[in-house]
Amino acid sequence: MSLLEIESLAVSYSTAGGIRRAVHDVSLAIEPGQTVALVGESGSGKTTTAQAVIGLLPENGRVERGRVLLNGTDIAGWNERRLRAVRGTQVSLVPQDPVSSLDPVQTIGAQIAEVFRLHEPRDRRPVLPRVLALLERVGIDEPEHRARQYPHELSGGMRQRVLIAIAVALHPRLIIADEPTSALDVTVQRNVLDLLDSLRREFGTAVLFVTHDLAVAAERSQRLVVMRDGRVEEQDDTATILQAPGSAYTRALLADAPAFSTVERVARPAGGGSSAAGGATTEAAPPTAAPPALAVTGLVKEFRRGARGAAFRAVDDVSFAVPAGTTHAIVGESGSGKTTTARMVARFETPTAGSIALAGEDITDARGAALRALRRRVQLVYQNPFSTLDPRQRIRDIVEEPLRNFGLGDRAARRDRAAELVDRVALPPSVLLRHPRELSGGQRQRVAIARALALDPAVFVLDEAVSALDVTVQAGILRLLDELQRDLGLTYLFISHDLAVVRQISDTVSVMRRGRVVESGPVASLFADPRHEYTQQLLSAVPGAAVPGAADALPTPLGDRR
Amino acid sequence: MSAGVKSVLAEERAGDRPGPGVTPPGEERGAKRGRRGGRSGRGRRLPFRPTLLLAWAVLAVVLLWALVPGLFTDYSAVSGTPRDRLLPPGGAHWLGTDELGRDLYARIVHGAAHSLSAAVVAVAVGFVAGTVLGLIAGSAGGIVDAIIGRLVDVLLSIPGLLLQLSVIILLGFGTVNAAIAVGLTSIASFTRLTRSEVVRVRRSDYVEAAFGSGGRYASVLVRHVLPNSLGPVLSLIALQVGTAIIAISTLGFLGYGAPPPTPEWGLLIAEGRNYIATSWWLTTFPGLVVVLVVLAANRVGQSIGRGAQAGRIR
Repeated sequence: MSLLEIESLAVSYSTAGGIRRAVHDVSLAIEPGQTVALVGESGSGKTTTAQAVIGLLPENGRVERGRVLLNGTDIAGWNERRLRAVRGTQVSLVPQDPVSSLDPVQTIGAQIAEVFRLHEPRDRRPVLPRVLALLERVGIDEPEHRARQYPHELSGGMRQRVLIAIAVALHPRLIIADEPTSALDVTVQRNVLDLLDSLRREFGTAVLFVTHDLAVAAERSQRLVVMRDGRVEEQDDTATILQAPGSAYTRALLADAPAFSTVERVARPAGGGSSAAGGATTEAAPPTAAPPALAVTGLVKEFRRGARGAAFRAVDDVSFAVPAGTTHAIVGESGSGKTTTARMVARFETPTAGSIALAGEDITDARGAALRALRRRVQLVYQNPFSTLDPRQRIRDIVEEPLRNFGLGDRAARRDRAAELVDRVALPPSVLLRHPRELSGGQRQRVAIARALALDPAVFVLDEAVSALDVTVQAGILRLLDELQRDLGLTYLFISHDLAVVRQISDTVSVMRRGRVVESGPVASLFADPRHEYTQQLLSAVPGAAVPGAADALPTPLGDRR
Repeated sequence: MSAGVKSVLAEERAGDRPGPGVTPPGEERGAKRGRRGGRSGRGRRLPFRPTLLLAWAVLAVVLLWALVPGLFTDYSAVSGTPRDRLLPPGGAHWLGTDELGRDLYARIVHGAAHSLSAAVVAVAVGFVAGTVLGLIAGSAGGIVDAIIGRLVDVLLSIPGLLLQLSVIILLGFGTVNAAIAVGLTSIASFTRLTRSEVVRVRRSDYVEAAFGSGGRYASVLVRHVLPNSLGPVLSLIALQVGTAIIAISTLGFLGYGAPPPTPEWGLLIAEGRNYIATSWWLTTFPGLVVVLVVLAANRVGQSIGRGAQAGRIR
């Protein structure tokens, strides 16, 4: 008998706009000790399915139909009180966001102890030793010390370990892990996933692993369930799906996932970009012996904590040069200083020391009118497409705004230009009169790119510009960026934590760690032969790294995982 | 803020979002479909909210009283029939008459114009001055912010009524002066709220992007920061209308507002006080009207506030 069986589950939400069904007819089964990955893009209903299993749907959600059999007992219709007995002991949840899932005013020791107090109130054994053993088991050093700390004193990875400790405290039969590592850096992600794996093997716990990341799912699961629009698109053994995906959608997902992508970047010649395509390149540099489009030398940024606090070096002696028409990537984990570097290049931060040169011209100290003029040459595209557009403006006004700021063209000319730009980023003209909230994340990011294009800049700084997007959307934006670079000869500074994406879009790369560049060079050689230990570590932590190539031949190491 | 913290925050923001409803792999569809409900419990909501409807109705009626009192009563508000003095509520005089034989209902209806216009003046003073100060404080930051902040603290530390009385004594008695005095005391809360909203919006990516596309300081403030900061301020306006009506009635009651023949609501209550033992209606009905209008204004303000909140979450 399967540990968990979901039979034709349907879940709906009642919203202001009426009742909307998020999950239609989902069936799947999990065997004891097995990891089943539930994969899908945002809105595919994967989280809803997982929440429905333990009755944790939002207030407006309702199971309409179907059965959830846990050890053969249907728990779909159970009330809170009965479910409480199952949660934690039989099924437990590792939530997505380690920041908001822990109580900020309780020590982590107290929060873990709570599990024992709630479920085993008559157990007279002292709780503390069990808490400490648990902390040690999930790989937290100095458990006695950590148990007395508060969540804000721990890093994201450690908080996720604490959440895992809470989830496994009572040795449940099934752990539901809802995007447990999506907010974490790759190296931390690998450690946390390894931990889950080893706990699974040790206790024979089954794992329902909800993720949008196909690479992670492929690496960690025995069975794959691909969801789309609230339906199961395909489910089978992971190895089988990877080798021979049955549905077109799965094939598209696999092709778009950067980790599996076979798209090799054709290196751009320096100074490239055909000026034939509309002649939109601004002040194209002379073809030979031109200074690099962007050169950064000895860049330093210090932040002061408090009025007389010690200076903290976020960026420490960073140098690189980007030839015109090429892409330079900066990779690193959170806190490595890559975003600060990007913001200095876009001149939203002023460097403490060092210099930034655009096509040979020093712009480090540009101020006032000079800084404003600089906006026509360097544009920044932000990570979060939901926050970069003024919610009160129409798309047309957003795209026109840079033109209005510089008094370029009259009203009619600006309108034409806005329409042209929107078309350039492959959006239908109908979006011009819409507001940002009516667009999807990918569409909004395209609008942001159109706005950045409006002034014909030479350099784009892309700060994690595709990190918040689903893989297929991400692939679309990457293709667009590539196309724009080819046609307009743009130079990109591409900031990312995702090495797989970087491989697809960049010519050269700098690896940053704690504010310093540890290694840099052409992408192909650096990825093939990383010299620095940290680069090697980063590369090996990339999920799917062990799964080489594309969706065709997969000599999979997954079979022997059991 | 260090780069690390900042990017973690950015990731969180991206992660928290419920995301557009269904994003099919075609990417460019689906944005307009329904959003996932989230945990806000939006589920159990009536199609209309009766109390809100009632609140709007009360405000509409009072507004009509102020604009076209003639539609509601034929009696004069200032001249009465001495024969009909101190009549209890009845068929001819719905709410009774006062000691000079004036119809109380007519006086309340005509008084709406005085009380409401005073409240509007008061709120306008507070809103304009407070928003400007808040915008300056929030956008300039540093020493300017600190100075304005301390001024607001001083303003808040003086009891409202005391401040209003002092201002009226300086400016002279009268409805307009009373309104200005009430407005002055509400500047502090408008400044505080506007400042906090401006600070929030000022930090947002789209404001930085506006500067990034070459926007000048003033134009970014007017085009992006101000409109996006005003939502909660609008709800404060509605709340302040209620508070201002109470404050003006209080001043009228104490004799610092409109001079006697005026049927201002506070004054009505004050005049009726002398006859409270024999003619309860003279104080009760004006009092009830004030209470109803204030409650209605609060309810409406609350709903505007929620609307602004929901609009922000989108």
